[in-house]
Amino acid sequence: MTFINILTFILTGAVTAGTPLLFATLGEIITEKVGQLNLGVEGMMLMGAVIGFSAALSTGNPVLGILAGMIAGACGALIFAFLTITLRANQIVSGLSLTIFGTGFSSFVGQKMVGQGLADSVRNSFAPIKLPLLGDIPVLGPALFNQNVLVYAGYVVAVILAIYLYKTRLGLNMRMVGENPGAADTAGINVALYKYVHILIGGMLCGIAGAYMSMITVPSWQDGVTGGRGWIAVALVIFVTWNPYKAMLGSYFFGALSILGLYLQGYVHIPQSIFDMLPYFATIIVLIMISLKKSKENNPPKALGEPYFREDR
Amino acid sequence: MKRLLALMLAVVMITAAVLTGCGSGSAAPAGGEGLKVGFIYIGTPGDVGYTFAHDQGRIYLEEQLKDKGVTTAKVESVPETADSEKAIKNLIDQGCKVIFATSFGYMDFVEKVAKEYPDVKFFHCSGNKSNETNFVNYFGKIEQARYLTGIVAGLKTKSGKIGYVAAMQIPEVIRGIDAFTLGVRSVNPTAVVNVKWTNTWYDPQLEKSAAEALLNEGNDVIAQHQDSTAPQIAAQEKGAFAIGYNSDSSKAAPKAYLTAPVWNWGVYYVDQVQKILDGSWKAENYLGGMHEGVVDIGPMTDLVDADIKAKVEEVKAKILDGSLDVFAGPVKDQTGAVKIAEGATMTVEEQQACKWFVEGVNGKID
Repeated sequence: MTFINILTFILTGAVTAGTPLLFATLGEIITEKVGQLNLGVEGMMLMGAVIGFSAALSTGNPVLGILAGMIAGACGALIFAFLTITLRANQIVSGLSLTIFGTGFSSFVGQKMVGQGLADSVRNSFAPIKLPLLGDIPVLGPALFNQNVLVYAGYVVAVILAIYLYKTRLGLNMRMVGENPGAADTAGINVALYKYVHILIGGMLCGIAGAYMSMITVPSWQDGVTGGRGWIAVALVIFVTWNPYKAMLGSYFFGALSILGLYLQGYVHIPQSIFDMLPYFATIIVLIMISLKKSKENNPPKALGEPYFREDR
Repeated sequence: MKRLLALMLAVVMITAAVLTGCGSGSAAPAGGEGLKVGFIYIGTPGDVGYTFAHDQGRIYLEEQLKDKGVTTAKVESVPETADSEKAIKNLIDQGCKVIFATSFGYMDFVEKVAKEYPDVKFFHCSGNKSNETNFVNYFGKIEQARYLTGIVAGLKTKSGKIGYVAAMQIPEVIRGIDAFTLGVRSVNPTAVVNVKWTNTWYDPQLEKSAAEALLNEGNDVIAQHQDSTAPQIAAQEKGAFAIGYNSDSSKAAPKAYLTAPVWNWGVYYVDQVQKILDGSWKAENYLGGMHEGVVDIGPMTDLVDADIKAKVEEVKAKILDGSLDVFAGPVKDQTGAVKIAEGATMTVEEQQACKWFVEGVNGKID
């Protein structure tokens, strides 16, 4: 195998493995940008995974599967939103319990489906589609432009989210809610409504991430199919400093880290555990860099994790 | 209103948690005269792998001995910590007189509890501790089944390169790869087995990536020692063939799945519980093989050609009648040095400490 071949394989695998991370990361970026720290990503992903899989299994329709996954993720997010916004419960605790709840929910609902596989028609609808011209570029072509539908959807969602955040009035309002909910309230922005809507959208994206893993990565039901990737997504949000464009790079980079070791095993002698550690190590480095640089752009939303009480102003 | 809603939400979540987390096997008549058997699992049967196989055994036990009043209870996802001790004591409180602890890490806790409850019988899977009265260990010679699946792979490969997705660098996995490779080479002396380590028992995405890496490198049959079906799915997507582990994955990857080494724990569970009922039970450690029926090669799918099936049946017969030992010498290691001399074999102790690959394996042990 030539070097170019190996590079192509690694990049292609990185994008495929990075796509669920991308959806989950984008979902968590929206949630955190509006000031809520939802640690339930893994739980919402698993809810999306099990409901998406079961819809695709029973209807044989891939679109319904993804939609059902989105709705399940949103339902998980709704629990979180209700607890933390309406009841003003602690966000960390609510998020963690959502993860525990989602994990149990997925293995309970999935009990009867264990070992079942999706129909060929569903699997084939996620086969790689080669884009004309772009797909012929060496190395990058196969990696970026010969992929399944949801990988392309990931590009689109990331770009739309970036435009929404930085170029629209709604996005500006939403960032204001995350930075200073008091000021936003004074400006006539409905803080609770903004938070609810964005948390739900974030949950939908996490649901897609889960459905991706149960319908595309492994189209056969088994417990805990996400394998802790929800936590990597939480780390990724910090790694990419809440920026959707960087989220694409970051997700594929983390995807690459996870498979790099597998290709290198035959050539150099680096234990796989080193590669398992790298994503978290990289996140710590970025955290240190953020606190050293003190640039406003890279900092977390100011009111992140703080409940908003109008009476406290 | 809010308070009411919060209360309702809490109730819903708690109910759900109880339903999902703490489900016990069956509604046993409390304090009835029947024998109640408790199981503790490291994962959930939803792994389609290790725990699934044990749970199939539990279900089989219940079916077979239902008429004699045998009921079962199970606790899932028990960590290999002092929590396992609590889980076992809970089962005993519920009336269990027999406990099957199905993962290695429970060993020391089982040993401790066994002293406290001399009238309860304890079975510990894959360990090496026991006592003379009420605590035994049990495991099976899955290598025999792996050897047979190696024959299938060796005859099925066209490129002469077989990929093996392997979890942890422990003797159980390593000697499995060795037995598999010996099987491959018994029918295809020039074939090689390429190993990739994932460092995890269970991570579908990573297992799939490992299989994809192997497929990209030209391996056309994928075997595995993991807990998920992801490697088989990777093989199907690339038009290659796959050998599973633990359970039938013909639904997960119908166009790739050939067969798998499988556990039939139920055979052992029924045998032991029957002996306890009869009063003929003795505290004896157990290492069962194909002869006892506790391990086997799973049904071969239609993708396995008739002549390959015939060859496998022929060798299986030799294993069953004891004329073939999969580790019988001479066996060379990766450097070509003879590790098992002609006429010798690997003893059980050597198997439990096995840290070397046979000739034909392309992979490294750290």
